Amino acid sequence: MVALAAQVRRGAIKSRQMVESCLARISAHDKSLHCFNQVFADEARAEADAIDRRIARGEEAGVLAGIPIAIKDNLATRLGRTTCSSKFLAEYRSPFDATVIERIIAAGAIVIGKTNLDEFAMGSSTENSAFGPTLNPWDPERVPGGSSGGSAAAVAAGMCIAALGSDTGGSIRQPAAFCGCVGFKPSYGRVSRFGLVAFGSSLDQVGPLTRTLRDAALLTHVIAGADHRDSTCVNQPSDILPSSATLGELTAAQLPSSNRRVRIGIPRQYRAGNSPAVDAALARAVEALTECGCELVEVDLPMTAQGISTYYVIAPAEACANLARFDGVRYGRRASLGATDSLFDLYAKSRSEGFGPEVQRRIMLGTYALSSGYYDAFYKRALQVRRLIKQEYDAAFARCDALLGPTTPTSAFLLGGCTDPLAMYMCDVYTVNTNIAGICALSLPAGFQKLGDRTLPIGLQLQSQAFADRDLLGVVGSIVERAISPAFALASCI
Amino acid sequence: MAPTAADLTAEEVAHVAKLARLCLDPDRLEAYRAQLSSILGHIASLKSVDVSGVEPMAHPLSISNQLADDVPGPTLSLEQVLMNAPAREGAFIAVPKVLDEGSA
Repeated sequence: MVALAAQVRRGAIKSRQMVESCLARISAHDKSLHCFNQVFADEARAEADAIDRRIARGEEAGVLAGIPIAIKDNLATRLGRTTCSSKFLAEYRSPFDATVIERIIAAGAIVIGKTNLDEFAMGSSTENSAFGPTLNPWDPERVPGGSSGGSAAAVAAGMCIAALGSDTGGSIRQPAAFCGCVGFKPSYGRVSRFGLVAFGSSLDQVGPLTRTLRDAALLTHVIAGADHRDSTCVNQPSDILPSSATLGELTAAQLPSSNRRVRIGIPRQYRAGNSPAVDAALARAVEALTECGCELVEVDLPMTAQGISTYYVIAPAEACANLARFDGVRYGRRASLGATDSLFDLYAKSRSEGFGPEVQRRIMLGTYALSSGYYDAFYKRALQVRRLIKQEYDAAFARCDALLGPTTPTSAFLLGGCTDPLAMYMCDVYTVNTNIAGICALSLPAGFQKLGDRTLPIGLQLQSQAFADRDLLGVVGSIVERAISPAFALASCI
Repeated sequence: MAPTAADLTAEEVAHVAKLARLCLDPDRLEAYRAQLSSILGHIASLKSVDVSGVEPMAHPLSISNQLADDVPGPTLSLEQVLMNAPAREGAFIAVPKVLDEGSA
């Protein structure tokens, strides 16, 4: 992406060519894969032509000049609808752009479409979309992961150069792992949440899904930084990459570097309960990292096992408060009412018709956990365990630069293959604690699993401490990417 | 102590649905009762953690009172604010009558 943007700026390739190539992939494969809720073909062509004309006139075009980017459909865009893959918002048009959308457009990017997700980002398979599931481009009988499944599958299938997703408990990293992409969850507070439809306000972050680590670093660099419309977005914009690196042919050598030996921690709790293929990928990575001079240390994270329980109190509690705004009054779906129906009926009927089962389940769970008599036993206790999880990470990061483990215990599972909600929640065992603690984490492709005549990608996750995003996307990530990521062309998967 | 999963009754689930402003048919309520019981059974593992003396952590960042400068900026127009309203009467959003006749 960095090289493509540089070529567009030099006039060596046209943005219009890239847009046409993505649109061709979309028309060839999206009827079956359903990565997109909407494709902005005409608008993308017009924007690409405008960028190409600006470059021909010698004007500045931005670090993402002419790059087609797909947007998860829970990020507000003035263009088209912002549906969250929910019946409730099927016709909703945002009167404003999310901060991250403003920033990528200002950097020259082309918004090519809005991607499918689990309704309101609640799920791990994109099967909870009200508009039907997205299929995994590596094997259409399998899920792409979720909730940013449409974004991950679109990147993998070559329907865009990069995509934006959101991650509340693994929703960028898990689909990145299932689809063979790079996915990055920035530290909490790194990227503005303004215009991201809120799910868990103390957990949500927007981040990139890309083909390479460098692409993820560049896209994060563009979207990160303080925003007066999100008071939890705290840090400065120029923090991810040196400014020279975003404009030229960014090479690994230009990434922030360090002479110190990189120390990678392997939590022993991340070795239990994985599929043999995932364990093998982790073992290969440990060997490759040792060979290239990294120091590997065993670390202990006993609170790993409490992650799902903690998350499934905090996230639904925050969700039930955030989703209270969907009442059928000001926007979204309003149920048709009888003559005697009250305002309560308007709320309850609209919400019951508009929300799918998983969203209702989490609203109920959160409402229960916050209700009178249960607050201390569930919510307060989960917040106490949350601090213990954070303290355990802090102790681990005193001993290493990053923690390595699987992104998911298995590769992509079959569509309809996981029907028990609790079993689905357990898929996120390695990703939820990142959000609970507010730290940053990266999923990198780390090999494949052969399953019959299919090849499924496997992802490994690197977690690092809060606001260590620059090192994780830079020196630490690039060493690990070179050591573990296989060379392969993503769009060859379909 | 937290209630055990077995404590989740049909009445409790109906009460929670009402608090959550959901109207659910009996089949749906029963399905949620069973699923929520199973999830709560798992969550009960939090009871095994010693949290004595641990300050609850509501948020990853220790920031508070972020103040914005008090300067006017652009806002949405009335038309933009109302463009998604499901029922309008002029510059207002229409909803069912809230007050009884005569009580206003």
